[in-house]
Amino acid sequence: MGIEIKMPALSPTMEEGTLSKWLVKEGDEVKSGDILAEIETDKATMEFEAVDEGKIGKIMIAEGTDGVKVGTVIATMAGEDGAEEAPAKAAPVAEKPAANAEAEAPKKAESGTAKLATEAKALVSDPAIPEGTEYVKITVREALRDAMAEEMRSDDRVFVMGEEVAEYQGAYKVTQGLLAEFGPRRVIDTPITEYGFAGVGTGAAMGGLRPVIEFMTFNFAMQAIDHIINSAAKTNYMSGGQMRCPIVFRGPNGAASRVGAQHSQNYAPWYASVPGLIVIAPYDAADAKGLLKAAIRCADPVVFLENELLYGRTFDIPKIDDYVLPIGKARIVREGKDVTLVSYSIGVGLALEAAETLAGEGIDAEVIDLRTLRPLDTATVLESLKKTNRIVVVEEGWPTCSIASEIAAVVMEQCFDDLDAPVLRVTNEDVPLPYAANLEKAALIDASRVVVAAKKVCYR
Amino acid sequence: MVLIRRFEEKAGQLYGLGLIGGFCHLYIGQEAVAVGIQSALTPGKDSVITGYRDHGHMLAYGIDPNVIMAELTGRGAGISHGKGGSMHMFSVEHKFYGGHGIVGAQVSLGAGLGFAHKYNDDGGVCVAYFGDGASNQGQVYESFNMAELWKLPIIFVIENNQYAMGTSVNRSSAEDQLYRRGESFRIPGIQVNGMDVLAVRGATEEALKWVQAGKGPILLEMKTYRYRGHSMSDPAKYRSREEVQEMRDKSDPIEGAKAYLLKAGVSEDEIKKMDQDIRKIVSEAADFAESSPEPDAAELYTDVLVEQY
Ligand SMILES: Cc1ncc(C[n+]2csc(CCOP(=O)(O)OP(=O)(O)O)c2C)c(N)n1
Ligand SMILES: [Mg+2]
Repeated sequence: MGIEIKMPALSPTMEEGTLSKWLVKEGDEVKSGDILAEIETDKATMEFEAVDEGKIGKIMIAEGTDGVKVGTVIATMAGEDGAEEAPAKAAPVAEKPAANAEAEAPKKAESGTAKLATEAKALVSDPAIPEGTEYVKITVREALRDAMAEEMRSDDRVFVMGEEVAEYQGAYKVTQGLLAEFGPRRVIDTPITEYGFAGVGTGAAMGGLRPVIEFMTFNFAMQAIDHIINSAAKTNYMSGGQMRCPIVFRGPNGAASRVGAQHSQNYAPWYASVPGLIVIAPYDAADAKGLLKAAIRCADPVVFLENELLYGRTFDIPKIDDYVLPIGKARIVREGKDVTLVSYSIGVGLALEAAETLAGEGIDAEVIDLRTLRPLDTATVLESLKKTNRIVVVEEGWPTCSIASEIAAVVMEQCFDDLDAPVLRVTNEDVPLPYAANLEKAALIDASRVVVAAKKVCYR
Repeated sequence: MVLIRRFEEKAGQLYGLGLIGGFCHLYIGQEAVAVGIQSALTPGKDSVITGYRDHGHMLAYGIDPNVIMAELTGRGAGISHGKGGSMHMFSVEHKFYGGHGIVGAQVSLGAGLGFAHKYNDDGGVCVAYFGDGASNQGQVYESFNMAELWKLPIIFVIENNQYAMGTSVNRSSAEDQLYRRGESFRIPGIQVNGMDVLAVRGATEEALKWVQAGKGPILLEMKTYRYRGHSMSDPAKYRSREEVQEMRDKSDPIEGAKAYLLKAGVSEDEIKKMDQDIRKIVSEAADFAESSPEPDAAELYTDVLVEQY
C-alpha cells in the first residue's frame, strides 16, 4: 500500500523549504536511518532520514524545488510488508493512504508567535542617515554578524565568546563565518558554563579587552546574571571610575515559538532596572547593526537584547561605511498626531501594524521605537505625548514592573497635564508562557490588542 | 527499549507534520541507559530527575505513552495539561521529578531530592541524569561537594552521548573521562557501556548497594550515543554520517538486547510479536495525542500559584 512522504518541518519556525537534493531514486529500498533527501530550512541544510524500511515509489517533487510547503507530499513509498502491518506502520512522516490524505490530515498547530513577528517597516528613517543614501536589503541576523565582523576588523581587542559560536556557526547562526575570518583566538567556543564564561569575559574586559559574550538565549544568562550585575555593572562606580568594564552581553531574548516557560522570557525590565548597565533592544536590521557597533565601542557594560523571531526578517539598511548609532536615543518610526504607541524590539512591528489598521479607521498613530531601554529616552516620548496627549505602551513581556510601567510612571510624574486619557499597557498575560499552541496564542500580545487599546485612549 | 525507539520515531514524524512544536529532543540510541537503570530501581521509593531529553525516561518509568504524546502535541490530556511541552514533564506519582530545560539544573535539584530521602529516612535513592555538556556547569560541582559532605543518597548519572549540541566532549572538557569528575570530592565513579542494557543494570545494582549502605553518592558515566540531531533543527555537521552509521550497525542497544533474548531462548516470533504490540501502543498514543482537544482557555491562568491571595 502507498505511504506518503511529506515535506517535514525541520525547525520550530520552518513553514517551507527547498528540496535541495534527493539521495534516493524511485525503486530504491531504504531502511531506517537512510538519508532520503537534503532539505534547506530557514536556518540550515538538513538531512531528512527514513524512519522505517520500504521501497521508494514515486518522487513527486523534483530536487531543486524552492518554497515547498511543510506537509506537501514529496514522494510515495511502499511498506516492507505493507498490508499486514499497515495501521501501525511507521513511515517517514506520513502514513495515510493517498486518496483521503487531505481530509484526514491532522491540524497543524499554529504557534502564538506566528503573529508576533510582522514584516512591518519603519515609515520614517533614522534622522542620522543623510538624504539620498542608498539602501540594501539584509536580515537582522546578517546585520548583527556584520556589526561584529566590522568591529573585529578595526579593533583587535574585540573577541566573541559563547556556546557554539565558532564551529557550529552560532546556535541561531548569528556568528556565521566569524571563525573562518578571525580564527580560534578571537571566536571562542565555550563549554556550557554561563556563569564561568560571563565571569571570564567580565575579567577580560577589566583587563583591557572588548569581549562580546553571546548567550545562546538570555534565559541561560540567568546562570550568569551575578557577573552581569554584581561584577560588570558595579565596577566603574566602586572603583571611583578607575576600573572599566567594556563588555557586551548579547543574545536572543523574549518569546520564541513553542518552547515553553523556561525558554521564553523577556528580561529587558530586569536589566533595565540596574544602574551601571546600558540596555539596548533593537527592532530592525539597521538599528541592530548601528547599535551593536556602538555597544562594542562603548566604555560601559552593555546588555544587548536580540529577538530570535526577528533574526530572519529582512529590512533595508543604509549603505554607509561604519554605520554607528547613538546609544540612548529613541526613534520615531511612524509619525502621527492622535495617539503615541511606544514599544521596543518585536513589539515595534506590532505597533506599526496596529498603526496601519488604525489609519484605516481614521486614527493617526505615532510609533516610537525606544531602542535603548537604559538610559531611557524619555524626552522623545514626552515630546510626542505633548502632540498626541494619548499613549499606549506595547511590550512583549509581563506587565508587572515592566518597561511599560516605567513609561507610565514617567509620563505621570513629568507630563500629567498632557494626558487626555490614562496610559495603557499592552503586554503579555501575567503567566509563565505555556506550551500549548492555543494558550501560547492567548498569552502573547498581538496587533489587534494594540488597536483596541489605542481606540480606548482615543475614546473611540 | 523498543517502545522508546518507536515512540521517539513517531514523535519525530509528528514534529515533521507540525503537530509538535518548539524543541523536541529524541532519546533514540540511548534507550539502554534509562531502561537498564530503571529496571534496578524500586518504583514508589526511588526518585528520578533528568533534563529536557526526557521522553525515554518517562516511558521507562511506566508512565502512560498517551499522556506523554498528548503533552508533546500540547493537548489538555497531556501530563502537564499541555502547559509544559516536551522538555517540561513531571509525574510526582511516579517520583519522576522532570523534565528540566536549563542545562545542569537537575543536578542540584537531584541533590535536593537526595537530601529529602535522607531527611525523611525513607530508604529511597535519587537518580539524577545529566549530559556530558551539563557536566561542565558549576552547580554540578557545588552539588557534588554537598552530596559527599552530607552523604546524600544519590546516583549521579552522566549520559555521555559524546556531544552537547555540536560540541564533542573533548572540545569542552579538560578531563574527558567523565567518571573521574567526582574524584576531588571523593565520589567514586564507574564508566559503563551505556549501549548494553545488562551492563547498565549491573552497574546500577552496584551503585545502589554503595548508596544504600550509607556511603554517600556515586557517579556512573554511561557511554552512549544519540543517533538523531540534538533537537529537530540540528544540521549535524559536527560529525560524519559514517560515525553515526557505525554506532547503529555495531552498538545498537536494541539489537544487543535482541541477541541476549535469542540466546536466552526467546524465539524470533515472540520478538516480532512484541514489536507489533509496541507499534500498536505507539500508534494509539499518536492517535490519542492528535485527536484530544487543546487545553481549555481558562487553563492559561491556573497553576501559576497554589493558593488564592
Ligand atoms: C543553562 C543552559 N545553557 C544552554 C542551554 C542550551 N542547551 C540545551 S541542550 C544543550 C546541550 C546539552 O548537552 P548535554 O548536556 O551533553 O546533553 P544532551 O543534549 O547530549 O542530552 C544546550 C547547550 C540550556 N538549555 N541551558
Ligand atoms: Mg550530550
